[in-house]
Amino acid sequence: MTTVVHLRGRVDIQHLDIEFGQGTSRFKAVSDVSLAASTGEFICLLGPSGCGKSTVLGALAGHIVPSAGRLLLDGEAINGPHPDRGLVFQQHTLFPWKSVLDNVAFGLKMQGVPGPERTWRARELIELVGLKGFERHYPSQLSGGMQQRVEIARVLINQPRVLLMDEPFGALDAQTRLKMQQLLLDVWARIRTTVLFVTHDIDEALFLADRILVMSARPGRIIDDIRVPFARPREAQLTTTHAFNSLKRHCLELLHPQNGPAPLDRLSPLGDSVLSEAHFAI
Amino acid sequence: MSLPDTLAAGLAGPAAPVAGQPRRLPRWPAGRLTAFAVGALSLLASLLLWHALATSRAHLGFITFAHVPPPSEVLEAGIELLSSPKLSLHVGHSLARIGAGYLSAALAGVGLGLLIGRFRWAARALLPPLEVLRPIPAVAWIPLAILMFPSTEVSMMFITFTGAIFPILLNTIHGVEAVDPRLVASARSLGTRGPRLFAEVILPSAAPGIFTGLSIGMGTCWFCLVSAEMISGQFGIGYYTWESYTLQNYAGIVVGMLFIGAFGMASSALVRWLGHFATPWYRLQEKKA
Repeated sequence: MTTVVHLRGRVDIQHLDIEFGQGTSRFKAVSDVSLAASTGEFICLLGPSGCGKSTVLGALAGHIVPSAGRLLLDGEAINGPHPDRGLVFQQHTLFPWKSVLDNVAFGLKMQGVPGPERTWRARELIELVGLKGFERHYPSQLSGGMQQRVEIARVLINQPRVLLMDEPFGALDAQTRLKMQQLLLDVWARIRTTVLFVTHDIDEALFLADRILVMSARPGRIIDDIRVPFARPREAQLTTTHAFNSLKRHCLELLHPQNGPAPLDRLSPLGDSVLSEAHFAI
Repeated sequence: MSLPDTLAAGLAGPAAPVAGQPRRLPRWPAGRLTAFAVGALSLLASLLLWHALATSRAHLGFITFAHVPPPSEVLEAGIELLSSPKLSLHVGHSLARIGAGYLSAALAGVGLGLLIGRFRWAARALLPPLEVLRPIPAVAWIPLAILMFPSTEVSMMFITFTGAIFPILLNTIHGVEAVDPRLVASARSLGTRGPRLFAEVILPSAAPGIFTGLSIGMGTCWFCLVSAEMISGQFGIGYYTWESYTLQNYAGIVVGMLFIGAFGMASSALVRWLGHFATPWYRLQEKKA
């Protein structure tokens, strides 16, 4: 496997506002969020449930239209979904009727890459995420962790400039989650793309990120920008060190202020487009 | 309703309305062999009852079995029809009508269903007239169909088309509406545009629902064909059944009924089998659930 270095992948968000709902039920999900991610940077968006961090991700993916503000990738305005910005959901969105191989090769098929090339490139990525031998399986035959591996491979095959991950390991058990975090760092070491990773798990954010942006409860604002100084490659032992714990304490204080508001429902990175897709009775 | 009628209905019945779902029998204490034996005994008892009622020419006030042929006569008539050259003519004509009517209904139903299920403008433009037409039973179309189509053959195909299209259309629409919006969003993020979204995501995702509609449509298709053939036609299994009545060949009536039941059941089973074959991932999911 060759190491691919992307020279692009700079993300700029300027004064982003996002509102949902109609009339009196209209509410602000995201308020005046600005951030800049440089090429190849691993950024975690950390915040309580429902704070709008997934909404920011959905806007970057092009599934949500902002109410105000600018979203730029390498200086170009973001306008609708594009393979340059790969999105990984918490629950996998693999096509259940396609094998692992065909799921991973899907992006190349859409680009018009011929069959044999699709196959070997997909095989390469499947091996990279540790699923060699499962090419012919259907998604329903895989465990949750394996499904997320396929999901990551399917997005990476497009060589995205930025990888958008919405609590991708949130539905996995603790053991599998640790493994997947390690795997993600290994993959990222080889395919150096910018990563925006949404989580509400402080340990996860500290273990993965170069920088952590902490968001407040709804309407989500960025309340702190923490540089994570730990050297890479990182091992699981890191999470027991003193430096790790003191940063963790700092995050805890930010996330759980005294007399804080009650937790809110999770927002979807598809925003209210899920509702606009709603079924009308016949 | 005479007894053989209920038998024939029982044969054709399960093929039509409960498509797709394998019937689950309650677990019998002594296993499947006993269940099978009980089923066989029940069938045999029904045959015996039919035989007794028919041979005794039972007259029960509101219902009479005086003209109902006993099973032995039906069997004879059945063997006679099987060895007659007319059989292939009857079956051939019926199958050709089913083939033409059903295939055009499948194409139109799935095509329109994909549009209506996916696009609001298509739903707004196309649903109102379809909603007006839907409650009209296909049989009610027969007189107008005879007037509209110069060829009786085409008018009968039209009737089968009318019978099959609505279950196919409605199940396709429901299948498309149930497509997970996250799958569509993912496909878009991976670079899928326009018509390819239909081919790669919408159609396969709705396929299990579409096949349910196709299977139900096959049942209603036979139902309508037989009605159409009874009124106009020279060949066909429905025509044979009605002709047997007018010629006072009463055993032939029951033979015709049994043939219709058998063909309806077999063609619905064929559609369901094709559906299973075309959606292998769906079986895996069902097994898991």
